[in-house]
Amino acid sequence: MTDMTQTQVRERIEARLASRHRKEKIFRGFGIASIAFGVLAVLVLFTDIISKGASAFVQSQIQLQVNYDPAELGIDKVDGESLAWANFDGVIRSALRERFPDVTGRRDKRELYSLVSNGAGFNLRERLESNPALLGQSEIVWVNADDDVDTYVKSLSKSAEGFLGRTSEQKAAWIRQLRESGELEKRFNTTFFTNGDSREPEQAGIRAALVGSLLTLLVTLALSFPIGVAAAIYLEEFAPKNRWTDLIEVNINNLAAVPSIVFGLLGLAIFINFFEMPRSAPLVGGLVLTLMTLPTIIISSRASLKSVPPSIREAAMGMGASRMQVVLHHVLPLAMPGMLTGAIIGMAQALGETAPLLMIGMVAFIVDVPHGITDPSTVLPVQIFLWADSPERAFVERTSAAIMVLLAVLITMNTCAVWLRKKLERRW
Amino acid sequence: MNKRSANKKVLASALAALTIAASNVALAARDHISIVGSSTVYPFTTVVAERFSRATQYKTPVVESTGTGGGMKLFCQGVGENTADITGASRRIKQSELEMCNGNGVDVVEVQIGYDGIVLANAKTAEPFELSRKDIFLALAKDVPNPDGSETLVANPYKTWKDVNPTLPAHKIEVLGPPPTSGTRDAFAELAMEGGCKKFDWIAAKKSSDKNAYKAICHNIREDGAYIEAGENDNLIVNKLAANPNALGIFGFSFLDQNADKVQGSVIEGQEPTFDSIADQSYPVSRPLFVYVKKAHVNVVPGIKQFLAEFTNERAWGDEGYLADKGMIPLPTAKRQQVAMDVRKLNTLTNLAAK
Repeated sequence: MTDMTQTQVRERIEARLASRHRKEKIFRGFGIASIAFGVLAVLVLFTDIISKGASAFVQSQIQLQVNYDPAELGIDKVDGESLAWANFDGVIRSALRERFPDVTGRRDKRELYSLVSNGAGFNLRERLESNPALLGQSEIVWVNADDDVDTYVKSLSKSAEGFLGRTSEQKAAWIRQLRESGELEKRFNTTFFTNGDSREPEQAGIRAALVGSLLTLLVTLALSFPIGVAAAIYLEEFAPKNRWTDLIEVNINNLAAVPSIVFGLLGLAIFINFFEMPRSAPLVGGLVLTLMTLPTIIISSRASLKSVPPSIREAAMGMGASRMQVVLHHVLPLAMPGMLTGAIIGMAQALGETAPLLMIGMVAFIVDVPHGITDPSTVLPVQIFLWADSPERAFVERTSAAIMVLLAVLITMNTCAVWLRKKLERRW
Repeated sequence: MNKRSANKKVLASALAALTIAASNVALAARDHISIVGSSTVYPFTTVVAERFSRATQYKTPVVESTGTGGGMKLFCQGVGENTADITGASRRIKQSELEMCNGNGVDVVEVQIGYDGIVLANAKTAEPFELSRKDIFLALAKDVPNPDGSETLVANPYKTWKDVNPTLPAHKIEVLGPPPTSGTRDAFAELAMEGGCKKFDWIAAKKSSDKNAYKAICHNIREDGAYIEAGENDNLIVNKLAANPNALGIFGFSFLDQNADKVQGSVIEGQEPTFDSIADQSYPVSRPLFVYVKKAHVNVVPGIKQFLAEFTNERAWGDEGYLADKGMIPLPTAKRQQVAMDVRKLNTLTNLAAK
């Protein structure tokens, strides 16, 4: 009798077992599918960015035999003033005329001169400045090709006839001639890492924006982390529970959800108009982003303080520690990894922000690399935005390359956070 | 114990950093020129800014693209380190703006830098078009005056150019142009569309009575497929025109100039779009470009004089200068000389009627 019931129970369980297993399988399947979708999206994004941006790390350069002829330059000695007015473009032009002696006629000559970047004269100036003995001498230099030439040369690797765009047939013929004789090569694009922005794609670089981003983040971190952690500790460990602290808590949660442009308007009104701080400066940018990231840091810091077991506090109190000692010696070190995670999330958010910076003048054309937190500067996402908006085709690949740099900075930051967390984490 | 001192050190250095930052702010006198203003002038000011800093020892000016009106607001705020030195404008300063400037103690020096022309072009393989601004308005407006002559509006009924004006070919109306976010589109609406729209007296009368309705009639472009938004890339429009001989395209003059082998500009009001006709303003769809300089800043912020000298140098704004390469139409030579002289003397703009 009992045997019967046991078998019946068993049968019933086994009958349902298959469907329970199936449900679990389906659930797992959904999990795997969603992760696979995520990975696929990331892969597509990365392939797209890398395939578009990789070519920005090389740049077509042209080999020229230049002669620093004092008569052509219009100077007789090398000093600051004469260098400023020396005609380096003339030197490059005569070098080009020498290379292609059969080019005559004004229009053709203009076409010929436009093979070389119009910033090449400045490169020659730098060379002569660092080595005044070159005056009157001639040497072989590699100068950047114009962006139209660069676009054409790069498109040749994709299809046989390439993308001519604004390049004329005649110019294309010269380019082919130079390529065959090895006088035009794709070389590593150092300009991209050493220069600030430029209106000429071949002279544009990421350095000013990268330094600007780092300076802005430095200000943000130096202000928002100590203030945020201190506020969280006070609210969590010391503040009495009453209507006022409730109100503060509600407000902090609300601030975390305020659109970032609002903080930009606030920054314009307070820091620039009232405190008369300079426009376009990382200092003001950092202050505005501090306002933006503070709620995130306070909320995550409070959560990690809450997760410290009360037994730790009670044990410390039992040993006669003051409340201050309890917090600084026992609770804070245990909560630190969680706080750091919060801070890094806040920083990553601040790194990608452009909207609040629009109001305080950081969405601007900046050529000089900033040297301090009051120098005018821009940030990486703004640089990406400005390039994406530019008509020149050569800016397309630079936009993607700048995105790659931004991602690299982000990955470095996150790696640091993981490493710090691993190092500080304590288990009990 | 160690940890505590480390904490203190961190706190101390953070405080130190803040104090240094604060004192820096107090001491920093601005050593770079600050430029705001029109997005149409932005490509030209940035090029000059870049060249200027490379040719001299001065820092590169910081150029923000804020739009003409936004730039005027920032510029006219007052005199001082935190206000802009120069603003770009794709139209002349308004009387109200000049009054706001003067009210805040800002003396303004006007520099006209050049012109911006907008062309309607078609493929070189097709017949050239001869249009009036009225034809353009009737062909492209969303609502047009009732063809029966009454003073009412109807949704644009015209299908071919011949419907608009019997002298025009019987091609389907097909115009490729920039999207509403573009400044070229605004200028086109203002100069070409409004210019044609004003020819109807009863609409022109609305300008004073109901400004919004007037603007809506004159500036709204039809959305039934005759006007095709072809993106911001003018090169793309040029290539599409070459492939489709029946279509017209709207873009900046510099693209017509560079693609003279593929496209031709339509004659508007009897004027062909050429360098000269735009420069002497006989071509109707062109507008002057300005920069305005704050006189009080000239000897305070370093480099403003030299920056203006670079801007008004022949190698920049001349007929063959690098600004012409970037697509700006230079002023006529005599006008250039006169403006350059005014700029050197820093003549203040007091009365708009004076010029």
